[in-house]
Amino acid sequence: MANNTDRDKAFNNVRAILEDKYEIANDPFFTYITANSDSLLSLMQTLKEQLGINYLSNLTAVDYGEEFEMVYHLYAIPDNGQKLAVKTKIPRNRAELPSVTSIYPTADWQEREVYDLMGILFSGHPNMIRVLLPDDFVGHPLRKDFKKEG
Amino acid sequence: MIKTDLYTINIGPQHPSTHGGLHVEAVMDGEIVRDAIVHLGYVHRSVEKIAEARTYTQFIPYASRLDYLATHLPTLGYVQAVEKLMGVEVVERAQYIRVIMAELSRIASHLVFVGSLAIDLGATTGLIYCFRDRERILDMFEMTSGQRLLASYMRVGGVSADLPEEFFPAVQSFIKDMPGMIDEYNGLITGNEILQARCKGIGVLNPDVALAYGVTGPNLRASGIAYDVRKADPYGIYERFDFEIPVGEHGDCMDRLVVRIKEIEQSGNIIRQALEQMPEGEVRGKVSKVLKGEKGKEVYHRIESSKGELGFYLIGNGTENPYRVHVRAPSFVNLMVLPLISRGGKLQDIIANIATLDPVLGESDR
Amino acid sequence: MVLNTTATPEKLEDVDQLAKHNIIVTTFEKIWNWGRARSLWPLSYGCNCCPIELMAAGAARFDIARYGYEVFRASPRQADLLLIAGPITVKMAPVVKRVYEQMPSPKWVLAMGNCATSGGPFRDGYSVLPGSDSMFKVDVYVPGCPPRPEALFHGMLELKKKVEQGRY
Repeated sequence: MANNTDRDKAFNNVRAILEDKYEIANDPFFTYITANSDSLLSLMQTLKEQLGINYLSNLTAVDYGEEFEMVYHLYAIPDNGQKLAVKTKIPRNRAELPSVTSIYPTADWQEREVYDLMGILFSGHPNMIRVLLPDDFVGHPLRKDFKKEG
Repeated sequence: MIKTDLYTINIGPQHPSTHGGLHVEAVMDGEIVRDAIVHLGYVHRSVEKIAEARTYTQFIPYASRLDYLATHLPTLGYVQAVEKLMGVEVVERAQYIRVIMAELSRIASHLVFVGSLAIDLGATTGLIYCFRDRERILDMFEMTSGQRLLASYMRVGGVSADLPEEFFPAVQSFIKDMPGMIDEYNGLITGNEILQARCKGIGVLNPDVALAYGVTGPNLRASGIAYDVRKADPYGIYERFDFEIPVGEHGDCMDRLVVRIKEIEQSGNIIRQALEQMPEGEVRGKVSKVLKGEKGKEVYHRIESSKGELGFYLIGNGTENPYRVHVRAPSFVNLMVLPLISRGGKLQDIIANIATLDPVLGESDR
Repeated sequence: MVLNTTATPEKLEDVDQLAKHNIIVTTFEKIWNWGRARSLWPLSYGCNCCPIELMAAGAARFDIARYGYEVFRASPRQADLLLIAGPITVKMAPVVKRVYEQMPSPKWVLAMGNCATSGGPFRDGYSVLPGSDSMFKVDVYVPGCPPRPEALFHGMLELKKKVEQGRY
């Protein structure tokens, strides 16, 4: 079980490896790393290989109007105090991002869900089709401008 | 020369295994499964979009309808996420009540697992026994919250009402009878020859594959990895309790069943400790009637649900409605490994695999 | 067994009406309805929270078998009662329609729970139909979220009265 000293050690560890390339912030719960769509894959690779982060827990998207923000929450199993959140912003008119399924296979269906409900395309995904809505559904409902008729 | 073709059989979405609307397209080569393609979304109720039009407290009943077999667990996860977002402290007595209700929910959910595994494999009596014991837990839920199945008992800052007098003898007698119940399940279900033939060595989930695919909960523990969010990242007051994490060896269907039966025992252990340690006092903290999340503040809170790691990602926008609610559903992620463990097996093993992965379609489709 | 010769049908449709009421098969209808009402064979269909209360209704404490309704059939070809337990989502709608069409007549539909009745708490979502009566003719509505097993039994007993009286 990790406590505060483990967490601080983990944060310093993350900073030591990543500080020169990525923007890092800290709050009581997570260490936030900001990447852009070009550096996302190499960041994930570094996290897995050098920091031992082998568990991608959650992957989701938020619609902020002009842009979408992708959020990834990652941990290590067995737990070592590291709680990371990777954030990437992408423009609304070019909602594309590389898929991380090659590094974390658990992203498979979670990325399909983001495509289904938010309309963000993931390049390199093995099976980029809708998962929760019927294939002939028009629109991406979780977008803020989605209007339901009837 | 006789040639065979691959044949596709649809299992579900209307199917007697009551895991909800799960559709598996089994590509068969005779009796051997070549692939099992999973189609979800038959129970997609657009909960995340609805959340943006509700207040934080109004979403609590929707959270309980996510994992409807263990209703206090998703509501607990959600109110704890809201408390993290707003910096609300929970009163002591409510913390203990929450633990008792959460563990009772876990037992109720695992009882449905054992019963539905039995009936899916043809042993109807198993379902009757498990539901008989589950009715005692549902009575306790009804005593405290008024609802048997979908109790919105948790509130931000505490619980909605204190435990009534008649709750304590009921829970004490349930805990006392639990070893007898577990012996009965072991004798009737786990020890049954036919069930063992249909579960031992079937649907083996390799621990590295499980980890790579983000499988959590009893499924991961049955494959040999002892990871439980209650120990790794404790929430509420779980660090005050002394309990074990049962771990399996082979990662087959039998191990997934045995791990859950052992977890029922451990939950009973936790409830006993919580009843002993519970102090007197208020059950609801001083929280303002109108809850507003700070604009731009976000939180991701995870709990150990009966199916695995259940996470809630909340973003506030300065008003009473959340800007975004995302539910990280363990059943959605766990079902990803169904094709992997079914390939090469027989058609009937798909049923055993679905039953032992324990998906709850309400949570997986949201 | 003689056809009533004093009544003369004016339209083709009237013949059916006469046949229904004037041939001795009317008494058999009563016996058949008596039998049908006491042994409805529900289809095991349900997604969501309501089927869990349905399972509890079938289990030992509430015991649907004492009414004669415990024969849950997996195949729609053998069932005569479609218990719609839970919301009908846009993806599930064609499936339920097909299942309903595969059931032989006479068949009945019981909408169990708020979601099946009107869309329930998910009505303003984008993927739930506003009630199963947007697709079927529903015979009995059982409200509740979820309805207790006793409420379900009340609904089924109302359906039994309806079937017995031939009002379907």
